Amino acid sequence: MSQHPAIELVGIDKSFGAVHANKNINLKVEKGTIHGIIGENGAGKSTLMSIIYGFYQADRGEIRIDGKPLDIRDSQTAIAAGIGMVHQHFMLVENFTVLENVMLGAEGGQLLAKGVSGARKELKRLETDYGLDVDPDALIEDLPVGKQQRVEILKALYRSADILILDEPTGVLTPAEADHLFKVLKVLRDQGKTVILITHKLREIMAITDEVSVMRRGEMVATRKTAETTVEELAELMVGRRVLLRVEKGAAKPGKVLLSVKNLTVKDARGVTMVDNVSFDVREGEIVGIAGVAGNGQSELLEAIAGIRKPASGEILLDGQPIANADPARLRALGLAHIPEDRHHMGLVLKFEEYENSVLGYHRDPRYGRGALLDLKAIQADAVEKIEKYDIRPPNPRLKTANFSGGNQQKIVVAREIERDPKALIIGQPTRGVDIGAIEFIHRRIVEMRDAGKALLLVSVELDEIRSLSDRILVMFAGKVVGEKTPDAGEQTLGLMMAGIAA
Amino acid sequence: MSTASVPLPNWITYGLMPLLNLLVAFFISGLVVWWIGEDPLAALKLLIEGSLGRGDAIGFTLFYATSFIFTGLSVAVAFHAGLFNIGSEGQAYLGGLGAALVALALDRYVPWYVTMPFAVIGAALFGAAWAFIPAWLQAKRGSHVVITTIMFNFIGAALMVYLLVNVLIVPGKMAPETRTFLPGGQLPKLDWLMAWFGLKLGPAPFNVSFLIALVMAFLVWVLIWRTKLGYEMRTLGISPSAAIYAGIPYGRTVIIAMLISGGLAGMMALNPVMGASARLQVEFVGGAGFVGIAVSLMGRSHPLGIVLAALLFGILYQGGADLSFEMPNITREMIVVIQGLVILFAGALEYMFRPAMVHLYQRLKRA
Ligand SMILES: Nc1ncnc2c1ncn2[C@@H]1O[C@H](COP(=O)(O)OP(=O)(O)OP(=O)(O)O)[C@@H](O)[C@H]1O
Ligand SMILES: [Mg+2]
Repeated sequence: MSQHPAIELVGIDKSFGAVHANKNINLKVEKGTIHGIIGENGAGKSTLMSIIYGFYQADRGEIRIDGKPLDIRDSQTAIAAGIGMVHQHFMLVENFTVLENVMLGAEGGQLLAKGVSGARKELKRLETDYGLDVDPDALIEDLPVGKQQRVEILKALYRSADILILDEPTGVLTPAEADHLFKVLKVLRDQGKTVILITHKLREIMAITDEVSVMRRGEMVATRKTAETTVEELAELMVGRRVLLRVEKGAAKPGKVLLSVKNLTVKDARGVTMVDNVSFDVREGEIVGIAGVAGNGQSELLEAIAGIRKPASGEILLDGQPIANADPARLRALGLAHIPEDRHHMGLVLKFEEYENSVLGYHRDPRYGRGALLDLKAIQADAVEKIEKYDIRPPNPRLKTANFSGGNQQKIVVAREIERDPKALIIGQPTRGVDIGAIEFIHRRIVEMRDAGKALLLVSVELDEIRSLSDRILVMFAGKVVGEKTPDAGEQTLGLMMAGIAA
Repeated sequence: MSTASVPLPNWITYGLMPLLNLLVAFFISGLVVWWIGEDPLAALKLLIEGSLGRGDAIGFTLFYATSFIFTGLSVAVAFHAGLFNIGSEGQAYLGGLGAALVALALDRYVPWYVTMPFAVIGAALFGAAWAFIPAWLQAKRGSHVVITTIMFNFIGAALMVYLLVNVLIVPGKMAPETRTFLPGGQLPKLDWLMAWFGLKLGPAPFNVSFLIALVMAFLVWVLIWRTKLGYEMRTLGISPSAAIYAGIPYGRTVIIAMLISGGLAGMMALNPVMGASARLQVEFVGGAGFVGIAVSLMGRSHPLGIVLAALLFGILYQGGADLSFEMPNITREMIVVIQGLVILFAGALEYMFRPAMVHLYQRLKRA
């Protein structure tokens, strides 16, 4: 067996108009290893992977698979060359079953029936070989994200991928799901497959990769053996300066109650109770964190407070005013801002230009135009200000939002909601997909908001984030608040409560 | 698929590709013409001459184009809010009633330029009113606007025939139509505009509504891209979930968008009713509402694109009529086939050449 690298990139270059996303990239990924790729938001990681997967084509440069140059003009070529990719945002047909999704595009022949039984067998084999069990007949829309991701991996394996690319796979996973994913990746590696893993979580890099490469502003600036580097070194390589990996904050000085939730019950569209008789207060000048495994009612709770979902019963008070039936526009006027959990679904209109999104929800404000007209100049000036303050890249308010990298899209939303200077802010997953430098910045802004006397409610699946930001932690399980803890409570204790075991 | 996200310069997306689509449509139409035993080049020459060759030909082309601009704008406004208004046909029909009532009421007392603003309002009001019930049903009951607007086309047609036959008809006359409006209820022809270009309008009914249509195109552009309402409509059209998040009221936005859409369709009636025949007749809309769907599709829901697409369809209408007159083998139905091909290639298959274009463009850029 010759020892060519599984993938070798030589002088890859790619521009989108004025944005130089990849500059003369050289990279070797050895066979049978897990190779991490890290870098700031917009560094060009997803672009580089999309080039390997044939989604984009490089302007210059060469891709060698197993030592042989390959002209990857589309995804089919990449798949044929044994490359599989799990995208940051899944590409599954929601109302198809697992089996149908896995077969899609690889049905094997004109008659479905023959392919189906074969595929079912092969799927079973893959599931047991790699510990990736999912029910082949479940509908995708009924599966939690962790399982959906397994389906994506199974899809790649079903197409006999030898090289698996995962773009920020853990962003949406619970810690337990992430652990399981890493076990699977190790099994894959031990069977001789090659894995490329993009992530912003340096802990994951340290835990699972063999080598790690760092990108910065389109360039590949370093490659290290994971065993020979540290989190601090990687952070510095990424950002170009020392990064504070902890949140610095003083003691909270809570004032009067600003946001009050009383006996709130929320049901989903099918009438299932998602939030069950929940009560709590958030005071001025404090951050209340809600910890919980995803799907235990936190999302519905946020949406109910934000006026997006009508509660079935109960009361919500903002500064003493009942708001349980107010719509989002009125809530904004009353001084309640909302960073939604899912930026693509709610927080942004991806087809809009950046500046249009920078006022979403606040577009009726006289500041952005008197009467019926929009004052585009004022909106753009405002957008530029936020772009500078939050270091959104590229700094172009006229760029289509979909063309910003994931982390920069998140910054657009965060900037919009925080810079409104609201009285109360409810926050869902504020740093999902955001790089460490930006996390540091966003966390600092959140603490500054607290110190300025705002009331903040934070939901995050990152227990670390909850623990380092919150002044009080409420744990949710099965729609109920099962307990309240201080942030110095151990991870273990919180973990057990989140699993519904101890109170 | 794999090329869908690769950006192309605007001149390719909005210039070269539509042109290419159009050429292919004409090429295939040429094959059809050749297949039925006529000379495609001669047919093309007739089509062009028949629509652009003489002053009166141009006048007719622009007359048709005027109607299509109104209905194209109507479809586009609803489309930006995520609504597919198939009812422009019926809304235009009812708009005719509004325009005619104003003309009948005022033509004896005032000159046309006094009647005109009232007629515009009347046409728009009646068109909007006809869009209101489908809009309300969509907003409050979730009844799909595609279904309800189609139904309202039929109801509108029946209502108009009833009114013309039983109410508005001139007593003692056979034809189901109103009396002829006096000059105070007519929109004058634009011979002076044609004269600027040294052309004679002749009998063509090209009239002031054309200018109203251009003003409306501009106003629609302002509405969609420069107003808060337009911003809300676009948000709703692109991402209903983001609209909820942003506190944009669904029902209100849907209803307003549909009323504007219906109003624009209603104004289309000014052109044939007050600009051409000077009376209200049955079936004066003649399918212009449906052509508006194609025009809006082809014009990418942008007012400028809509004006250009309306001109193209004006050419096909007028040139096609001339063509089937000169070449009896090419029937009215053949012309409809050709129009269908243009819609197919320029509208529905708009992205057909995109992958090839992307590869070509990337190769050129790399070289
Ligand atoms: N289709 C596109 N058109 C224009 N610019 C683009 C396009 N895709 C990406 N870019 C730009 O290229 C740069 C690199 O983006 P990329 O998505 O590769 O970043 P990333 O490293 O994956 O960041 P993140 O960690 O935020 O996901 C960004 O500045 C982005 O705005
Ligand atoms: Mg990315």
